[in-house]
Amino acid sequence: MPKRLLAASGIAAYLFLYLPLVIVVAYSFNDSRLNAEWVGFTWRWYKALFEDDAMLKAAGNSLFIALTASFAATVLGTMAGYALHRYRLRLLPVLIMAPLAIPEILVGVSLLIFFVAVNLTLGLLSITLSHIAFCIGFVAIVVRSRLAGMDESLPEAARDLGASPWQAFRLVTFPLIAPGILAGALLAFTLSIDDFVITFFTAGVGASTLPLQIYSMIKIAVTPEVNAVSTLLMLLTLFLIVIASRISPDSVRGK
Amino acid sequence: MALLELRNIVRSFGDFAAVDGVSMMIESGEFFTLLGPSGCGKTTLLRMIAGFDAPQSGEILLDGKDLVATPPEKRPIHTVFQSYALFPHMTVAQNIAFPLRMRKIGKAEINERVKEALDDVRLSDRGGRFPGELSGGQRQRVALARALVSRPRLLLLDEPLAALDMKLREQMQLELINLQKEVGITFIYVTHDQTEALALSHRIAVMNGGKVEQLDEPSKIYDCPRNRFVADFIGTCNLIEAKVTVAGEEKMVLEIDGLGEVTARNPGGELTGSKGVLALRPEKIKIGQQIALESGENRFRGKVHDFLYMGDVTVYIVEVGEGVHIEALLPNSAAGRPRIFAAGDPVEISWRYDAGVFLND
Amino acid sequence: MTRNIGKWLISGPPVFYLAVFFVIPTFIMVLASFRHAGEFGGLAPIFLHDVRGAHLNLTLESYREYFSDFIYSRLFIKTLIYALVTTFFCLVTAYPLALLIAGSEKRHRDLLVLLVILPFWSNFLIRIYAWMIILGPQSALSVGLNGFLGMFGIEPVGLLFTPFAVVLCLIYVQLPFMVLPLYANLEKHDPALLDAAQDLGANSWQRFWRITFPLSLPGVYAGIALVFIPVLGIFAVPDILGGTGGIMIGNLIKQEFLEARDWPFGSALSIILTLGALCIVGVAAMVAGRTVKNDA
Repeated sequence: MPKRLLAASGIAAYLFLYLPLVIVVAYSFNDSRLNAEWVGFTWRWYKALFEDDAMLKAAGNSLFIALTASFAATVLGTMAGYALHRYRLRLLPVLIMAPLAIPEILVGVSLLIFFVAVNLTLGLLSITLSHIAFCIGFVAIVVRSRLAGMDESLPEAARDLGASPWQAFRLVTFPLIAPGILAGALLAFTLSIDDFVITFFTAGVGASTLPLQIYSMIKIAVTPEVNAVSTLLMLLTLFLIVIASRISPDSVRGK
Repeated sequence: MALLELRNIVRSFGDFAAVDGVSMMIESGEFFTLLGPSGCGKTTLLRMIAGFDAPQSGEILLDGKDLVATPPEKRPIHTVFQSYALFPHMTVAQNIAFPLRMRKIGKAEINERVKEALDDVRLSDRGGRFPGELSGGQRQRVALARALVSRPRLLLLDEPLAALDMKLREQMQLELINLQKEVGITFIYVTHDQTEALALSHRIAVMNGGKVEQLDEPSKIYDCPRNRFVADFIGTCNLIEAKVTVAGEEKMVLEIDGLGEVTARNPGGELTGSKGVLALRPEKIKIGQQIALESGENRFRGKVHDFLYMGDVTVYIVEVGEGVHIEALLPNSAAGRPRIFAAGDPVEISWRYDAGVFLND
Repeated sequence: MTRNIGKWLISGPPVFYLAVFFVIPTFIMVLASFRHAGEFGGLAPIFLHDVRGAHLNLTLESYREYFSDFIYSRLFIKTLIYALVTTFFCLVTAYPLALLIAGSEKRHRDLLVLLVILPFWSNFLIRIYAWMIILGPQSALSVGLNGFLGMFGIEPVGLLFTPFAVVLCLIYVQLPFMVLPLYANLEKHDPALLDAAQDLGANSWQRFWRITFPLSLPGVYAGIALVFIPVLGIFAVPDILGGTGGIMIGNLIKQEFLEARDWPFGSALSIILTLGALCIVGVAAMVAGRTVKNDA
């Protein structure tokens, strides 16, 4: 393809990707109730955010869920990633990848039926349990790719030089895959705090999270507060992703 | 008693027999080499001695005690891996200290022995560096120091020079020989490089298809290959189809299609009428315009079919008799003269009867 | 023996967790599609107890309902069309971008790829919401467009709450899924191939259609699969931007579970969606596999 046409269409594609997000951020500082013309700069939507009890409660919930779910998913996902790398188990890859491959809505509704069937009241617990389930696979993939990049003979060399299997893991394998585990944890945290679809079905009436709060504001009454909370959430995600990509460059592409 | 004894080791992966009934004895202080093409089972055998794999049947005895149930960390055997497997997150000194730490040796002694080990491999100033900051040759020396620092009974080396370039490889070969003499530890060395095996070893086991084809000193392996595979794998060799017509005590007469009768040494036990090949090393064949026939020599007249200029030597492919091609070497001792003969030149070749070995199929 | 114990200790916990929170829920959903709806939503009991004792209370009613009214199949077909249109526009938008990145200098590539990835790590809802602003009636785009149409005496049009808004936003959220596999493929091409083609007389368009594009087909197929399948189940985009005319099959599933509370029918729809997606993927994989093999 001619070079100039290529460059022009490439730049257009980047504009297409970023313009909408820039608009959201810009309007979060606009001193008008309408997302229309630019009136003037203000912090008032951010102030309103911090006085909005429902929003703060949702943010607290989101944080609690993301911390708990990412911790549990990191432990389970690391084990799964290690098992994927180390053992030839035929069904394990299918079991770990399937929740990532099928449309999210199906995971959401099946978990909803499940929680009702086992008589678990929908709320923080059901959301957290669901988040763990879909984060395990992401952590497992990141950890496995880190293991795949490690020289197989390193843990063997440790054993050869007198280390027990546990010592070989603790002193050699673990320090070498730690960046992958950390990146996996950050990804799990990001996925959990951002998740809308699965949370939507498993939250019930009891608990709200930031994405659910944003959704109800969009559906019922759009105020520039949505722009403000979106901007903050984007900043948080951006921060986590940039750190994760610094620690383990391949991890971010997995989503 | 042998230091290490392997008794009828068998290891297969599915239908593929990687090691198929191998037995051998390795003496204390030996530099022993497992030589063979890739897939011959030498690495599988090494991994079983180290403890990373277990034979399906057979015994591995160290000082007469069976090792098969002992995990790798409990065996007084260390390995130098092909990739060196230096821990990238530890410094050179920490790498070398690792086996000592695993043995719960005191800090002061560890420091002292690490320092000694670094001196031994001439890396005293590199202790604080990370493996990633070292050159290939230096990494190789760290891997050796790490494997030797806790004084194992046996050191296994898995193609340790394969990653180095040719110059460095020759230098490291000399260092390995000297190191082995110095520390007196038994080395088992795995390689597919026959020149390396010949240069380093006290004894060599040539392996193929999971079996030991020949186990001997390097010169025996080279001069008296026991079968066609060994003759072909080690160095270059003319292999000419032949049939025994007269089998004497020491000599034998062979009939070669298109060439006629040839005298060869009887390796023992060959009977009249058996078929096989005559194995003849190119450097043992004389080539000239006219060669005086000495007693016990075979001589044939032919013409140069083709030649390859190799720098130090020129290889001539000489056609003798009816369509029999024999390779002969001539060192290029005179400067500025790439070849003595050209294609088509009439020449004579000759070799002593004991230069050729008859190998029964 | 110890090796086996280690294997189960390590793989056991995650396997157990996913069995409980993924496999069992999936089976329960399959079972639910054969059950009766409860009187107040949810599900009726599996076993009925009456004078004859306990017996199974299962039915094919939900599937019968789906096939008895063409309205559901029409919604499914509409969803497929949205997904196809989205996939097509993703491909034509992503291809030049992927080519540009693959053709740029090595040290810039990672950054350019990261720039493609970053927006799709931002919250899904925010990305949809942004289009609500852009397409809203007071937005510069709407005002400008309607001003332009007004000059020709054409009635003003609304952009928001239309199928157009839905597909545009679907393209937006799915675009990175197309760029990444295309880039991963294009990056591996040997630049000497293009030099050779040029040397043999091909102009830049010929080089593209004869060399680059055929070699990139595996990446194209991967991108199509990654874009197409998730779109089938999306409900948030039409929910927010589509209005009444723009709904897709995902919206109907959501509605059956949360509003109509007919769980058996919702489950049946989910299963039909899954099977439909699997069929499409299977057929596509066969076709793609054949083409790729022929090219090799």
